Amino acid sequence: MIPTSVVAADEVGFPSGFPLLPHPVEMIVGLIAFAIMYWLFKSKVVPRMEALYAERTAAIEGGMEQAEQAQAQAQAALQQYEAQLHEARTEANAIREEARAEGASIVTEMREKAQAEANRITESASRQIEAERQQAVVSLRSEVGTLSTTLAGRIVGESLEDEVRQKGIVDRFLAELESGAVRPEKVGASATVGDSSAAEQAGADGSTLGAEGSAGRDS
Amino acid sequence: MLTHTLSGIGSVAGEGGFQTPGVEAFWWPLIGEGAMAFTRPALVLLLSVGMIAWFFAGTARLSVVPTKRQFMVEGVYNFVRNTIGRDIIGSKDFIQFLPLLLTLFSLILLNNVFGILPFIQYPTMSRLGVPLVLTLIVYIVYHTVAIRRKHGVLPYLKSLVPPGLPGWLKPILFVLEFLTYFLIRPLTLALRLMGNMLAGHLMLLVFILGGEYLLLHGENLFLNFSGILAFGFSIGMSFFELLIEFLQAFIFTLLAALYISDAVSEHH
Repeated sequence: MIPTSVVAADEVGFPSGFPLLPHPVEMIVGLIAFAIMYWLFKSKVVPRMEALYAERTAAIEGGMEQAEQAQAQAQAALQQYEAQLHEARTEANAIREEARAEGASIVTEMREKAQAEANRITESASRQIEAERQQAVVSLRSEVGTLSTTLAGRIVGESLEDEVRQKGIVDRFLAELESGAVRPEKVGASATVGDSSAAEQAGADGSTLGAEGSAGRDS
Repeated sequence: MLTHTLSGIGSVAGEGGFQTPGVEAFWWPLIGEGAMAFTRPALVLLLSVGMIAWFFAGTARLSVVPTKRQFMVEGVYNFVRNTIGRDIIGSKDFIQFLPLLLTLFSLILLNNVFGILPFIQYPTMSRLGVPLVLTLIVYIVYHTVAIRRKHGVLPYLKSLVPPGLPGWLKPILFVLEFLTYFLIRPLTLALRLMGNMLAGHLMLLVFILGGEYLLLHGENLFLNFSGILAFGFSIGMSFFELLIEFLQAFIFTLLAALYISDAVSEHH
């Protein structure tokens, strides 16, 4: 470096003006360098960096705001959950109470229904028994008539087969029996032994029937 | 030690063997000769433009969370933006002058550091032409801004004299202020930078070349040892130079910002 410059100092007239004489080419290059740098900073670097700073500020502020928002949201959610929990608990209690009441009502209803059913069954059974008794009474009446006429016919020796007569006698006898005109008497006490024994038998049958009917009703 | 080394050089130079490096050492044409030569500092200046452009090219893809490189770019940018621009000019007006301040600071700093950067080792700002151009731009900018802000040339000239002064003092002060604003400020701005860079580099040259001469051509062991001392001293001086180089870039930009803030302000 030094030899070159020393030689140059000897040769050229320009360096004799050093150091206070500005070199024109260096000034032009300096201007060009300044222009390039200024353009670069003005159009590229400064706008980009300022945009970055604005963005960074916004990001920091936005982040803080976001954090606050998130916290508020969390708080709201917590309150909501608590409210929901409380609500659910209340609802569960209500449901439990309702279920209990419903259960009680169902039990009562079932009991009532069972009672009604039992009553119905009892009633129908008694009605059936009554009907059967009636039927038995009717059939007994005819049968007793037949038996007694046969028996009387055998005893008297007279045929009571004649339907008209038979019917008239039996009916009359039964009518007497019902009205109380014929009294059951001890066998062999009077002339009307046959009649009275028959009547007694009929009354015994009736009592037996009545006993059976009541037994049926009880069961 | 310094005086001793210098006397050593003197004794050697007295025998006609050693030529003390002078300001001619800075003249280094590459293409052509004389006033129209394309010189080494011009090339170095263009190189610095390329390097600064490369350094700030990272701003093409910025992210809110900075990378390592972006962190460095932001460091330089923030230093000029906040410490120089915003704190001096004020947060209201500084942004429009930010490109100017960034250009000044980055150009001057890198070209100053080139003074001790290996393989380049040439402080571009030691050539008066370059700082003069930069000063001229600052000069035009702060006067233009002042005339615009003070609504005309006459109000601007009037504002040079602070209000509330006795009548006889006004002309004297006006002359002083006028000289300050229109002559002393630009001259000192350019010459301070140029002088610092020239002197610093010249001193390093003297120590290194003198040390080399003493070490290789010294007549006795004492002079050889002095040469080694001079080398050691030049290394220390290089670090000192680094500080000066940064400081001068900072001062130039700071003063430019101060002049602009003066122009921007409503009152003198």
